[in-house]
Amino acid sequence: MQLPILSLLILLPLAGVVVLIFMNREDDKRLKLFTLAVMVAEFLLSLPLWFRFDDSNPGMQFVERYSWLPQYGISYFVGVDGFSILLVMLTTFLGPMAVLATWEDIKDRVKEFMICLLALSSGMIGVFVALDLFLFYVFWEVMLIPMYLLIGIWGNPARRVYAAIKFFLYTMFGSLLMLVAILVLYFYGGKVTGTYTFDLLKLYGLNIPFQMQFWMFLAFGLAFAIKVPMFPFHTWLPDAHTEAPTVGSVILAAVLLKMGTYGFLRFNMPLFPQAALYFVPLFSILAIIGIIYGALVSMVQKDLKRLVAFSSVSHLGFVMLGLFTYNVQGIQGGIIQMINHGLSTGALFFCVGCLYERRHTRMIADFGGIATVMPVFATIFMIVTLSSIGLPGLNGFIGEFLILLGTFKTNKIYAALAGTGVIFAACYMLWMFQRAIFGEVDKEENRQLKDLSAREIAVFVPLLIFIVWIGVYPNTFLNKVKATTENFVAMMDKAKATQVSSLSLSHVFKGEAK
Amino acid sequence: MSLTIPTFSLASIGPWLTLSVAAIAILIWEALSKEKPAAVPAVTLAALVVAAVQSLTLMGRKGTDFAGMVYVDGFTALAYLILILGAALTILLSWRYLEEYGKNLSEYYALLLFATTGMMIMVAGAHLIMIFLGLEVMSIAVYVLAGFLREDLKSNEAAMKYLVLGAFSSAILLFGMALIYGAAGGTLYLNELARKLAVTQALTQPLILLGLGLIVVGFGFKVAAVPFHMWTPDVYEGAPTAVTAYMAVAVKAAAVATFLRVLFVSFPGFVTDWSWLLWGLAVATMTLGNVVAIAQTNIKRMLAYSSIAHAGYLLVGLVAANQLAAVGILYYLLAYTLMNIGAFAAIILVSRRQDRYLNIYDYCGLGRQHPGLAAAMSVFMFALAGMPPTAGFVGKLYIFAAAVQAGYIWLVIIAVMNSLVSVYYYLRITVLMYMRPAEADLGPVTFSPALTATLAATALAVVLVGIFPGWFYDLAAASVKIFPL
Repeated sequence: MQLPILSLLILLPLAGVVVLIFMNREDDKRLKLFTLAVMVAEFLLSLPLWFRFDDSNPGMQFVERYSWLPQYGISYFVGVDGFSILLVMLTTFLGPMAVLATWEDIKDRVKEFMICLLALSSGMIGVFVALDLFLFYVFWEVMLIPMYLLIGIWGNPARRVYAAIKFFLYTMFGSLLMLVAILVLYFYGGKVTGTYTFDLLKLYGLNIPFQMQFWMFLAFGLAFAIKVPMFPFHTWLPDAHTEAPTVGSVILAAVLLKMGTYGFLRFNMPLFPQAALYFVPLFSILAIIGIIYGALVSMVQKDLKRLVAFSSVSHLGFVMLGLFTYNVQGIQGGIIQMINHGLSTGALFFCVGCLYERRHTRMIADFGGIATVMPVFATIFMIVTLSSIGLPGLNGFIGEFLILLGTFKTNKIYAALAGTGVIFAACYMLWMFQRAIFGEVDKEENRQLKDLSAREIAVFVPLLIFIVWIGVYPNTFLNKVKATTENFVAMMDKAKATQVSSLSLSHVFKGEAK
Repeated sequence: MSLTIPTFSLASIGPWLTLSVAAIAILIWEALSKEKPAAVPAVTLAALVVAAVQSLTLMGRKGTDFAGMVYVDGFTALAYLILILGAALTILLSWRYLEEYGKNLSEYYALLLFATTGMMIMVAGAHLIMIFLGLEVMSIAVYVLAGFLREDLKSNEAAMKYLVLGAFSSAILLFGMALIYGAAGGTLYLNELARKLAVTQALTQPLILLGLGLIVVGFGFKVAAVPFHMWTPDVYEGAPTAVTAYMAVAVKAAAVATFLRVLFVSFPGFVTDWSWLLWGLAVATMTLGNVVAIAQTNIKRMLAYSSIAHAGYLLVGLVAANQLAAVGILYYLLAYTLMNIGAFAAIILVSRRQDRYLNIYDYCGLGRQHPGLAAAMSVFMFALAGMPPTAGFVGKLYIFAAAVQAGYIWLVIIAVMNSLVSVYYYLRITVLMYMRPAEADLGPVTFSPALTATLAATALAVVLVGIFPGWFYDLAAASVKIFPL
C-alpha cells in the first residue's frame, strides 16, 4: 500500500497543534523548536511527493479517497496534479522559514502563535489538494480563522483589528456566494446525471447550459478574485499586509493569494469552460488594470510594506493574464509566476521584517545608506528586488516572459499594455531600493544597525537558491506542470469549438428571467 | 350506552411519564423533608437519562397511539432526545448559578421537568388540541422559570412580558385551530386534516388560509420570528441566564419541530400559500436579528438577537419544505442546542457572580487570563457564525442545500449574506477576548466541575458533530420519511 502522503501532510501539523496545546506556555524556546521540527518534518514528508511525481501523467496522482458523508456524495478526496504540486511544495518549503523568521519577532503568546501557524499550514495544504468541493470549501474557510488571528493578535497594534476583520469579512463575502454556487452545481449535477456528488472530477464532465455557467462563473470567480486579489477587489490586501506580523505577510503573499489564482485554474475554468472563454476580455482587462494600477500605486508608497503589498496586486495581475490566455505558455507562465511571486515577495517581506525588527519603522524615509552598515543584507535585498523586477537570470523573468509570450499569441494589445507593467516595476522597486539602501547614512539611528544573523541568513539562503534555480533552469519546474497544462489547453480548445456564437448579455438575462 | 376504552401502551408516552412523575416526586420530597434536599439536581438528571433511554426504544416505531392522539415514531424520538439534551445541559448550568442567588430550590428542577414534558407532548401531538395542551404546559412552566429570581426586577419584567404576550399568542394559535376545525368539517387530527382540507378546500379556502395564518403567528411567537419577536430581547436579558439558555434552545426546538410537523403533515396541499408567507418571515427574521445584534453591548441581548436570526435560518428550512429540509432542521436543532448552551455556559462563567459582568467589553483580555475558556467561547462563536468544521456550518449547509434543491436560490443568497453580517458580531467577541487588553480587573473566574464539564463537552461535541455528521443524518433521514413532502 502506498503511503498516504497527502493526508499525512494535512494531519501532521494538526497533530503538532494537539501536542502544542499540552506544552508549557512559558517555555518559548521549546515551543518554537517544536514547531520548527514539525515544519521540517512536514517539508521532508513532502519530498517524496516531488520525486515520485510522474511528470508525464496529466491526471491526479497520490489520490486518496475515503467516504465521509456518503448520503450526500461527500468524500474525503485528495490528490495532486501539475497545477497543485508546485503550490504544495511551496507551502511546505516555506513552513520552516516562517518559523525561523518569527524567532525574534514574536515574543507575546508564542504558544497560540505557533498553534495558528500549524493550523494554517494544514489548511493551506488542504485547499491545494482537495478534490471534493465540500472538502475544499471546508479547508478554504477553516484557513481563514488562523490567518485572522495572526493578523488580529500579533499585528501592528494601531490598526490590526480593523485589518483582520476587513480581511475576514471580505473573504467570507466571496466564499459564501461560492457556497451557494456549489450547492446549485451539486443539485444540477445530481439532476442531470442521477448521482448527487461533490466529486470535482465527476462534475468536470457536466455540460452546463451557458446561462447557468455565466452566473456560476461569476459566483466562484468573485470568491477567487477577492482572494487573488484582482482589481477592484484588492482593497483588503494593503491593510492586511501592512498590519500583519512579518510572517503573516509572508504566508499571505506567498501562499494565500495563490489560492485565488489556483481556484480559477482548478474550479472556474474546467467547470465552466464556455463562460471562462466568454469572460476572457473582462478578466484580462481587469488583470491589466491591476498590473498598471498596482505598479503606479506602489510608486508613491512611503511605507515599505505597503509598497510590496501593492506590487503583489501588480504581479498577481500578470498571473491572471497568463491563465486567461488558455495556451500552454501563458498557463505555464502563470503557474511559475505564482511560485516566483511566492518566493520573491515572501523574501521581500522577510527583508522588510529584518529592517523593521531593527528600527521599528517601515518608512522608506527613515532609512538610507543601509548598504554601508548592513552589506550582507543589502546584497540579499538587491537580489530579491531584482528577481521581483524580472531581471533575466532570476526567476521573475521566466514567469513574466512566458506570460507575455502567451498573451502576445492571443492578443497583442493586451501584451503591449501588460509589458509596461514590467517597466513600472523596475521604477518603483529600484527607486525604493535607492532611497532605502544606497546613499549616505544620514540618520544617526541607522549607524549602529547589525547585519544579518546566522538565523536570518538561514532563512534567505534557500529562497535565493530557488530564485536563481528557476531563473537559470526553469525546466525542472515547468516539466511538472507541462502534461497537466497541455491536457487543460486541449480541453479549452474543445470548449472553444462548441462555444455558442454571438453571445450577448441580454441573452443571459433573458435566460435568467425565464 | 357502552363506553369503550381504546387500547394503548404506556410505553408510548414513557418519557412523559418519567419526567412528570419525577417532577411531582421532587415537589413532594421538598415538601416533606425538613432540609433542602441536596440530591435534587442529580435526581433530575437521572430522570432525564431514563427518559432518554425510553426515547431510544421508540426510535424504530411508526404510527400513533392513544386513539391517534400521540405520534410514536422516529421523528418524535429524535426530537425528544434533542429536548432532553437541552434540559440536561441546562441543569448542569443551573445549580451553581442558582446558588449564587441563594435560589437553588427544588421547584426550579420540577418546573424544568414540567416544561420539558410539555415540549414532548407538543412534538408528539397528533391532534391540534394535544399540541395546544403541550404548548401550554411548557409555556406556563417557562413563564415561572423566567421570573424565578423573585427579588430581581429584570427577572420580574421578563416573566411579566413573556406571560402577557405569550398568553396573547396562545389565544391566537387557538383561534387559528378553531377556524381550521370549522373549515375542515370537524377534525383536528393532523393526518386527517390534510385529507379533509383537500375535500373542503373549494368551499372554505379563505377560512383555511386565515386559520393557517393565525397558526403561523402563534408558532412564530414561540420561535421568535420577526415581527413576533418583540418579547425576545427583554425576556432573554431579564431571565436567569440558565433559563435563557433553555428558552433559546429547547423552547425553540420544540416549537420548530412541532411547527414543521403541522405544516408538513396537515397542510401539504397549501405549501405554495405558507411557503411564501414563511419566505417573508424568514427574510425579515434573519435580517432584523443579525443587523440589530450588531448594536448590542449586553451579551445576553446579543445572543437574544442572534437566536432570532437562527430562527430565521430554521424558517428557511420550513420554506424549502422537503425531506432534506426536515433532516436539516433536526440537525440544526441539535447543533444549535450544543453551541448555544456552550456559549451560555461561558457567559455564566465570565459573569463571575450573580450576572455581574454581562457587557461584551468584560470579555476583553479573556484570552490571556483564561485561555481555555476563551478558546471554548471562540469555538461557539465560530460555530454560531457557521464556520466549518463545526456543527453550525453543517447545519446551515443542510438547510441551505434543501432550499437550493427546492429552487429558492434568492432566499439562500439572502441567508448567506445574513451569515456574513452575523460573522461580524460573533467575531467581535473573539476580537475582544484576544486582541484587546483587559479594561479592568474583574477578578478571577471561578470554575465549577459541572460548568467546566459542560463547556468542554459542548465545545468538543460542536466540533465532532461537525466533522462527523453522517450518523445523525442517517437517523434523521429515516425518521422524516413519514412526511408526505
